[in-house]
Amino acid sequence: MSTRLSRGGRLIDRSKPMNFTFNGKRLRGFAGDTLASALLGADQMLVGRSFKYHRPRGIVASGVEEPNALLGLGRGARFEPDQRATTTELFEGADTASQNHWPSLDFDVGVVNNWAYRFLPAGFYYKTFMFPRVAWKHLFEPVIRRSAGLGRAPVDRDGDRYEQAYAFCDVLVAGGGVAGLAAALQAARAGKRVMVLEQTPHWGGRAPVDGGTIDGKPVADWIKSAVQDLERMSNVTLRNRCMVAGVHDHGHVIGYERVADHTPGDGRPRHRLWRIRAGEIISATGAIERPLAFAGNDVPGVMLASAVRDYVVNFAVSPGDRTVIVTNNDDAYRTAFALIDAGLIVAAIVDARPSATGDLVQKARARGIRVLEGRGIAKVKGTKRVTGVQICAQAGEGAALEDIACDCVAMSGGWSPVVHLWSHCGGKLIWDEARACFRPDATRPPTGDQGQPMVRAVGAANGALTLPEVLADAGGPAADAPAEGPIAAVWVMPQGAPDALRFKAFLDYQNDVKVSDVQLAAREGYTSVEHTKRYTTLGMATDQGKLSNINGLAVLSDALGQPIPATGTTTFRPPYEPISFGAIAGEARGEIFQPLRRTPMHDWHASQGAHWEPVGLWRRPYCYLRTGEGLQDAVRREIRNTRNAVGLLDASTLGKILVKGPDAGRFLDMMYTNMMSTLPVGKCRYGLMCNENGFLMDDGVVVRLSEDSWLCHTTSGGADRIHAHMEDWLQCEWWDWKVYTANLTEQFAQVAVVGPNARKLLEKLGGMDVSKEALPFMTWAEGTLGGVRARVFRISFSGELSYEIAVPASEGMAFWTRFLEAGADLGVMPYGTEALHVMRAEKGFIMIGDETDGTVIPQDLGLGWAISKKKADYIGKRAQERSHMASPDRWQLVGLETLDGSVLPDGVHAAAPGHNANGQRNVQGRVTSTYFSPTLNKGIAMGLVHRGPARMGEVLDFPVGADKVVQARIVDPVFYDKEGEKGNV
Amino acid sequence: MLTLTCPYCGVKAEETELAPGGEAHLKRSGPGSSDEEFESYLFARKNPKGVHFERWRHSYGCGKWFLAARCTATLEVFGTYPAQTPAPTPDILAAIKAKRPEWEGYE
Repeated sequence: MSTRLSRGGRLIDRSKPMNFTFNGKRLRGFAGDTLASALLGADQMLVGRSFKYHRPRGIVASGVEEPNALLGLGRGARFEPDQRATTTELFEGADTASQNHWPSLDFDVGVVNNWAYRFLPAGFYYKTFMFPRVAWKHLFEPVIRRSAGLGRAPVDRDGDRYEQAYAFCDVLVAGGGVAGLAAALQAARAGKRVMVLEQTPHWGGRAPVDGGTIDGKPVADWIKSAVQDLERMSNVTLRNRCMVAGVHDHGHVIGYERVADHTPGDGRPRHRLWRIRAGEIISATGAIERPLAFAGNDVPGVMLASAVRDYVVNFAVSPGDRTVIVTNNDDAYRTAFALIDAGLIVAAIVDARPSATGDLVQKARARGIRVLEGRGIAKVKGTKRVTGVQICAQAGEGAALEDIACDCVAMSGGWSPVVHLWSHCGGKLIWDEARACFRPDATRPPTGDQGQPMVRAVGAANGALTLPEVLADAGGPAADAPAEGPIAAVWVMPQGAPDALRFKAFLDYQNDVKVSDVQLAAREGYTSVEHTKRYTTLGMATDQGKLSNINGLAVLSDALGQPIPATGTTTFRPPYEPISFGAIAGEARGEIFQPLRRTPMHDWHASQGAHWEPVGLWRRPYCYLRTGEGLQDAVRREIRNTRNAVGLLDASTLGKILVKGPDAGRFLDMMYTNMMSTLPVGKCRYGLMCNENGFLMDDGVVVRLSEDSWLCHTTSGGADRIHAHMEDWLQCEWWDWKVYTANLTEQFAQVAVVGPNARKLLEKLGGMDVSKEALPFMTWAEGTLGGVRARVFRISFSGELSYEIAVPASEGMAFWTRFLEAGADLGVMPYGTEALHVMRAEKGFIMIGDETDGTVIPQDLGLGWAISKKKADYIGKRAQERSHMASPDRWQLVGLETLDGSVLPDGVHAAAPGHNANGQRNVQGRVTSTYFSPTLNKGIAMGLVHRGPARMGEVLDFPVGADKVVQARIVDPVFYDKEGEKGNV
Repeated sequence: MLTLTCPYCGVKAEETELAPGGEAHLKRSGPGSSDEEFESYLFARKNPKGVHFERWRHSYGCGKWFLAARCTATLEVFGTYPAQTPAPTPDILAAIKAKRPEWEGYE
């Protein structure tokens, strides 16, 4: 039985009872409880089933290191799996459930795995499910996935909100225990800007439980005055419930604040992620107690010795009436005193050391506690709850000396400094033989941007394990505590444990890794600790081996016959503890997941039924839906209207980069494959831009504005990228050239007026001569159109008579409206991007991103005419001279016309005879653009085909499913108005 | 997350403000170069463990490209300097030598 004591409880408030449920059972705790202490107080020791063997598991620890007590918490939009009961504060109405069992916690059929443990050793899955190969995917994996796993993923959208914050400080103290407080006081008194982050709701760490005096005062009093002093200083920020999750490059620290986990639904953000830049980081993260490996050390009721006294002192919870303490060090004796002070019984202290003589040991003897020296636990009795232990000689093989009845076992294998933050950025460790632990090597710290030490470990995190050492290490006042005798490096009990015992001696509770598994891995040749970790799963999952790592590598070292430091540790990676995805995402979700760019006409589009298509950060109308229309109907209507009357396109998203200066022409000759320096003022030219590897990266119309300035149009998504590309070459290669660039994309609204009635519409607006003679194809003019200052470009992406008109962005909406009003009797109608795409495909115009994919050169696309033969150089020219680029054996652009008039699926490949080495059919081309053309009333496509242009008229097979083949003929990619008469009017 | 000081605007910028641009001081090979020269220019990179010269752009700041000398193993920054230089400056070389006496030098 575990139960609530009638007196005591440092952290609980008995005047505030709180109701909660566990697996539907109504239970009661107090304000200040953790879920774990509340469950124990309500006699709920069994909290889950283990991962692999489905063994009953109870609460082992009292903090972040807890491996077993992971619960599902909340319901619906507030459901969260894998919440650690030991670090989750109780709140009124908390709704908790155990995980990893079926059908119920008390009766789990998966426990058959436990009886089959001999057949489920390390690497079992790798070894067993090899053949037949197909069975893995369809049989083994689904079964294993159903029975494994921790918790289940939430189904509903997260109902909470999260936020992120930035901060800067000179000194960041991670940990608000006595070491952290002492170090913070020292730094703050020196005038530094200090932040102290403490992961729990309380200051002082575990010192108030362990006792002693600081500066002549009881520990709790000193903590209180230290916190008061820090709170009074304006250069100090204190935050509790805020864990340092990771230390990153150049003093970048991630803090994870659990703002409202304990007050759900109060309107505050649930979590806050801090991004802190710190001059120095002080790691005062304390130490974690290690379990001991003996048979049955996972039976509910076996707990860490420190956890047992935490529950008694902090929460007035008795884990059991009668406790056996098993230890290899003096510290665990404190647990005996805590239990006896609470009126509970200590049946015995089983000390693995042949002789124990420290102050605490003497005190235990003096208080009449039975101390067994040189003894160990052979095995624990009981399944769902400890009923007793069998005592043996530690030096032997487990022969039973006596049975001791008990319902709780408090174990201590010594303490491991929490070296995570020290190690995240490469701080090195040394093995401390005397203390039997890895601790930070002060001579090899992680370093910052100037090569300076970036992290300093203090207190228990630095291997200072007694109160006087901790305070001395942290620069605090003198402290006093009983002197402790030396620890013995005992990992497994008894020393010569035979198979039967080692099979039930757990190292990693969360992953069900036993002493026997690690020894097996060593026998099978796994000598690296990193490999052993992956093979056995030791130290994986949500606790990342906080309890198991050191014990595991001690066992591995023993099996390999080498000292522990020769084996080393696995790598410590952030976060220290799991943090929520919500905190990582912060406010960036839903509508504000990313910024939205709007053209001046955006709202009008929205009001006219625009079906949006994302283009970069822009949203463009794909088409405008009218009542009762489907997407396909709308697109076809818009195309027919544009081809027969006049259409309007919001082309404001097109990139517009001004390039100006005495050397601008020379520069553009390098940027584009064709000659731009010779373009006369008043003319436009279609330009291609390649990267240095020769591949086509962007295209657009270049306009010569004046003697020294050009306007370069880019693709809608490409403006920022192309502007950056230009700046890169200007700043880093031709920095002596006199050229300026400016990205004017958002300064102008641009309207494409397209179709046979386009000129009439412009003439109705009036103010400029837009006749064929005054403004021929590929020219431009500046003037006032319909009362608005405008640049009119006579260019076309549809084959129709077409003008693109740029006006100041502020007048874009008014200008757009004017067209709609003036064009009512000319059949004016806006069209979207899909109509744009279909019309350009009908004309065989390429689209960056459809016909290009980063492996296509302009020559592949029949664009050789746009590549200057006269220029000595341009970006990509040398690359295009490489033998395989110049080879005729490339996939090249053609039109594709299906024999049955159907529309080819996008991206399908053309089959070629034979098979490749993987048994797949050979291919000789693929579809890059494919649409139904309402103009031609059939499917049209463009594709890249091996030596395509030389194979006109050939019919290719396109397998489009398991048994279906669509045949298509290679044709000219220009499907519509091959002579270009429509636009030449 | 690195911090680098932009030599143009003087801001100590976080990595999120910067865009990386790979190895610095590459010499461009254009038309007329041999296949080996061009391959080396386009693809061959030093990728050392230790002192490295690299290009960064203060993208979300002043927009300028600059160069940084940095240790790829410890992330120590020896200095940043303008992009308009074909080789590391004497100041930068001296700063590196002071911190890494065993360094063999720039090419």
